[in-house]
Amino acid sequence: MVEKPTYSAPTMAELAQKGETPEVLLWIGCAGAFDERYKKVTIAFIKILTVAGVKFGVLGEEESCTGDPARRAGNEFLFQMQAAANIQILNGYGIKKIIAACPHCFNTIKNEYPDFGGSYEVLHHSEFLQELIETGQLKMEDGDSLKNEKITYHDSCYLGRSNQVYDAPRQLIESLQADLVEMERHRQNGFCCGAGGAQMFKEPEKGAKDINVDRTEEALETHAKIIATACPFCMTMMSDGVKNKEQEEEVKVMDIAELIAKSKNL
Amino acid sequence: MIVFQQVSFLIVLVLGAYFFFRRVMRIRNNILMGQNEDRTDQPTKRLRSMLLIAFGQKKMFKKPIPALLHLMVYVGFLVINIEVLEFILDGISGNHRTFAGLLGNVRLTGVYTIALNIFEFLALAVIISCLFFLIRRNIYKVNRFGGLEMTNWPKLDANLILIFEIVLMFAILTMNAADQILQSRDVAGFPTTGFMGFSGFLVMPLFQSMDSGMLIAIERIAWWLHIIGIFAFAIYVTYSKHLHIFLAFPNTYYSNLMPVGKIKNMPEVTKEVNMMMGIPTEETDSPTEIKRLGAKDVRDLSWKNLMDAYTCTECGRCTAECPANQTGKKLSPRKIMMDTRDRVESLGDLFAKQGKEADDGKSLLGDFISKEEIFACTSCNACVEACPVMIDPLSIILQLRRYMSMEESSAPADWNAMFANMETSFSPWKFPPSDRFKWADDLNDQSGQKSPQNP
Repeated sequence: MVEKPTYSAPTMAELAQKGETPEVLLWIGCAGAFDERYKKVTIAFIKILTVAGVKFGVLGEEESCTGDPARRAGNEFLFQMQAAANIQILNGYGIKKIIAACPHCFNTIKNEYPDFGGSYEVLHHSEFLQELIETGQLKMEDGDSLKNEKITYHDSCYLGRSNQVYDAPRQLIESLQADLVEMERHRQNGFCCGAGGAQMFKEPEKGAKDINVDRTEEALETHAKIIATACPFCMTMMSDGVKNKEQEEEVKVMDIAELIAKSKNL
Repeated sequence: MIVFQQVSFLIVLVLGAYFFFRRVMRIRNNILMGQNEDRTDQPTKRLRSMLLIAFGQKKMFKKPIPALLHLMVYVGFLVINIEVLEFILDGISGNHRTFAGLLGNVRLTGVYTIALNIFEFLALAVIISCLFFLIRRNIYKVNRFGGLEMTNWPKLDANLILIFEIVLMFAILTMNAADQILQSRDVAGFPTTGFMGFSGFLVMPLFQSMDSGMLIAIERIAWWLHIIGIFAFAIYVTYSKHLHIFLAFPNTYYSNLMPVGKIKNMPEVTKEVNMMMGIPTEETDSPTEIKRLGAKDVRDLSWKNLMDAYTCTECGRCTAECPANQTGKKLSPRKIMMDTRDRVESLGDLFAKQGKEADDGKSLLGDFISKEEIFACTSCNACVEACPVMIDPLSIILQLRRYMSMEESSAPADWNAMFANMETSFSPWKFPPSDRFKWADDLNDQSGQKSPQNP
């Protein structure tokens, strides 16, 4: 039996002290750092990177919210304060390449920070994982615990429509030799989980139905046993939807990084 | 008689052009009520987007059946304009079928005959398509044509346009049918056109028994009906929801080329933030005029938002894809566009009557669009993706939110709490910043070795 490696998340401050520069900075995001469920995704992702031998760093306590929900809720001042603070730190460490698991962080840093002097190569974790598989750094042949598992993928709006990342998450699911089943509304026509635009941080407006319940019903119609997500907010919304439908015993909501980690028994 | 017709035609032409261009100038001024925004960069990319999306109808083909029907009407509109040109030349010169003479011997080359048959085919295709559209709207009742904002006028407007188009096309077929019989009877003034198949088979049989005087009257009435109808339609369109037939082209040309997830920056805020944080900024000589943050009324929006509003043809594809709308919330992206246009129009009228300083005490936010609507948006961009002519309702929603959050501080309480958390804890949730790296404690949980936070 192969011994499991010890995992660690070196901070940029420690690496700088040792005079080391990592290949990439992992942007953890508030959900990745604070949300009980999504912390597991952060850890799963770090395990994969460790196994693939990627040299990475994190900001640790120096990271703060990108400001995405503030900007989308109309508070431009607060957003730009957050952006300026984060960019000062990122530029201070001379960061070139950033990987974010949260599509909101990803979109904001990639598309909006350049306006304030923060220009980096930014990848979503699904794109980066796909790259690792393509270059052979991450081997998927050894794991087949999800082989033939019926999985449906819920497109995150900020990954899909906003940034045209549709293929990477799907290719990852296919690399598990799983059976990817699409919902009726997918890719460009994907239906929002209901959390974007700072909705995550408020009660929904009055209506006939909650958006996440509508989307979950669509996901359940595929009879997939796993609803794959690639966004912390989508994960929360879909998990709540599955609970609302009392399907939490039968159907799991998992991030694509968790699927890879599970398939590789990490 | 000919001279009388020519004079009448010139009067109609000049009046039609006057009313049309007066409206065009009003709409232009209304659009320019909006704030400046540079959308002239990357002309090649813009041209390409216009050719693909407006000229090539690319985004329409997401729904193949309406796309095909619409394509018929669109091609009909484009091509039959050539015939309208002939009508105008005929009207001015007093000739009949000017192009027949210009294209050489009709029988020898056949070009004119082929062209007329193409026009007739398109006329018929337009009639059939418009009938299908009327059925989809009024009998089959396609969902997206309904909704709260589709009240009496928008409903009537849509049907009127379809009926207008059917009548115009019938006029062409009627005219050609009468013309062909008159030609066969060698009546003077009706030069040979060759056989025009669609009117020949469909309409001509109805007219065969009529005497030539009656047919001349029918031919003339149909001719006048068509050309006056075209002028009237052109003017009507400028008051209706149908302006996309012109504005789809500039609207796609000036559309957003950035990734749609990027929200438009507010440089005036950057300046203040930089000052507060001691970040040096480039000095600008021009004193910054004190502008309202975000948008309360249409004049705070950009001119492109206003062009979007005039371009909207109320097809409802946006609203049909909107997650908030589809789950029963008040928000409808189509209504955002219709409200914006209604407001610009009312303000334009007010300014025309009482001058640019006039104020009716109303505003887009509050009197037209409610807060509940804009609070419901998830910024998912489904509406933007759905629009076949690149309208961006989300941009308006976000500008209104900015006004609410920054000028009025009237964001929902939950959001104000989120703002406060972000200000004090640098996270939308209320966790102490010192806990931000605690997740790393669990990295080796499974293997049973808790790694220290700072090894």
